[in-house]
Amino acid sequence: MSAGAASITLERGGLARRTSDALFRRPALLLTLLLVPPLLWLGIVYLGSLFALLAQSFFSIDEFSGLINYEFTLSTYRELFRLANLDVIIRSLVMATAVTLASVVVGFPIAYFAARYARGKWKALFYLAIMLPLWSSYLVKVYSWKLILAKEGIITWIAQKLHLVWLLDAVLAIPVIGGPSLSISYLGTFLVFLYVWLPFMILPTQAALERVPGNLIEASADLGAHPGQTFRTVIFPLALPGIIAGSIFTFSLTLGDYIIPQIVGTSSYFLGQAVYTLQGTAGNIPLAAAFTVVPIVIMGLYLWIAKRMGAFDAL
Amino acid sequence: MNSLTRVVVSLMAATSLGGAALADMKTEIGPGEGQVDIVAWPGYIERGETDKNFDWVTDFEKATGCKVNIKTAGTSDEMVALMNEGGFDLVTASGDASLRLISGKRVQEINKDLIKSWNTIDERLQNAPWHTVDGKHYGVPYQWGANVLAYNTNVFKEAPKSWGIVFEEQNLPDGKSNKGRVQAFDGPIYIADAALYLMKTKPELGIKDPYELNEDQYKAALDLLRGQRKIVGRYWHDAFIQIDDFKNEGVVASSSWPFQVNLLQAEKQPIASTIPDEGATGWADTTMMHVDAAHPNCAYMWLEHSINPKLQGDLAAWFGSVPVVLSACKGNALLTDAGCETNGVQNFEKVAFWRTPVAKCASQPDGCVPYYRWVSDYIAVLGGR
Repeated sequence: MSAGAASITLERGGLARRTSDALFRRPALLLTLLLVPPLLWLGIVYLGSLFALLAQSFFSIDEFSGLINYEFTLSTYRELFRLANLDVIIRSLVMATAVTLASVVVGFPIAYFAARYARGKWKALFYLAIMLPLWSSYLVKVYSWKLILAKEGIITWIAQKLHLVWLLDAVLAIPVIGGPSLSISYLGTFLVFLYVWLPFMILPTQAALERVPGNLIEASADLGAHPGQTFRTVIFPLALPGIIAGSIFTFSLTLGDYIIPQIVGTSSYFLGQAVYTLQGTAGNIPLAAAFTVVPIVIMGLYLWIAKRMGAFDAL
Repeated sequence: MNSLTRVVVSLMAATSLGGAALADMKTEIGPGEGQVDIVAWPGYIERGETDKNFDWVTDFEKATGCKVNIKTAGTSDEMVALMNEGGFDLVTASGDASLRLISGKRVQEINKDLIKSWNTIDERLQNAPWHTVDGKHYGVPYQWGANVLAYNTNVFKEAPKSWGIVFEEQNLPDGKSNKGRVQAFDGPIYIADAALYLMKTKPELGIKDPYELNEDQYKAALDLLRGQRKIVGRYWHDAFIQIDDFKNEGVVASSSWPFQVNLLQAEKQPIASTIPDEGATGWADTTMMHVDAAHPNCAYMWLEHSINPKLQGDLAAWFGSVPVVLSACKGNALLTDAGCETNGVQNFEKVAFWRTPVAKCASQPDGCVPYYRWVSDYIAVLGGR
């Protein structure tokens, strides 16, 4: 007995043991030690770089020499409101909105079927089919879409075989979104965006739909609701957080992408491209930084509106 | 996020820039340090990994014991950023990057006495302004090429004589309008192409150098480009996308590189290239040495190696460019004796080589429009403003 107690005290004398005891007695210290590394990461690497960037946007570029003037000014933000730059912002915003709405329309039925009807092998197949595009290289996907949409590409070929060239031409004749061919039009850019970001909409929506309890739907039916009513008042509101989560992905990814509009589209710049060119070739880092603030502000507003709409209440 | 990271990285690079002292120029080449680190354009330094016939590294490594490490960079800006970060010995810089590297004190003066074959370099390039400042040489010329006018031979039975077919709406020889059938380069430096065209077509503007434009000349060039926007469906950026556009999008004329034209011809496409009467813009690359190069001896050995005729000829065949050593044009199996002609060696006098436009310029007493404005205005032009 006494020998055992002695050995315990001996063990307690070890450094590791003492540290462990000290930490056990002061939970606050333990918490601090555990939290410091991730907080440092978040604080310095993430927020620090963000603030370094924000700070840059309050500098300006010297009109004459092209050197950066390190004095506080709002002139760079004023530059942001020049018509050409506003065009870039509005173009990106409209595209991101259109892509998000379309991915809800296309993605929801797929997610709904996968969540509520697909079973066993089919469910696995659905997951696979949705995920598969994410596994292949982003660039390969975009380049192959260029071939699909080209003037002498697959879609035109199919239209010819089906004698539907008039339809394709009519679509391409629509002002603004049309163009000489699908791959040289906003419509083409839109289709590629939609394809590339669709999985990011389907997966969260499907997860949300799977969490809708079956008994609620049955109860709704028992109380005499039409399937449509059940959908509007039970299923859709419960799936909304998933849709919002997905839309945050599709919206912000479209807003920031700078490769797709370079390969498929009319060569008009989107936000990402503008930032890339301004900070790279032009050395106009203040304006590039100001441009980068735009999606941050837009996403902030977007999340705020989503919160007001109660999208996060169900979380 | 990606663009944000890039900004942050370049910020860090920019802050680390200041206060680098200029290293003393070497007077003799010592024994090699065992390696040399080079920043290069993709395809510029080949060790036979893509095609066994194109290898100009293995023999150099065997002969000198200097292992060659290559870091490829896709744009001039990436090259400048990499050199600002440091850790490299050499860079194959184009004319729109070389002066930035020199004025940023990122590259050192080259002692051309240490490069035995210096005198074999095309005399017109030995003192070129994009690597020679105040009589000091900051690099060894590597290769050059022109931005040619590529055209479809089914539409143009004769080579077009003017860049007008891609700048102004008109009917092409096949009777149809050029609207939607021509392309232009998707880079602000393309404003110089417009200026070059205006030099001949509107001499009253008094443009002396397409990279030195005063406000009026600059405005005229932008107006021309705004008109061009209406007939150009898509601007090209990536060489392979342009090849695809010639094949699948019905593009019949565009500014291009010999690289694309050679590949299209190899695929038996009806494409040829020419340099119209107005001349053309072009690029000339220089191998430059970092101011803090860790392996200067191996770097000097590479500089000497980089201008040997065999390498120059092989590279010209591989890349569609023109050697800076003219003896490379003869007797090279890969390039063939016609190769230099195909890639445009005879066009040197017609080429206005890429340079970064700066505010203080020689030909315009009131100053010129600097490059950062070229960038923002070209974005506006592409957006239809």
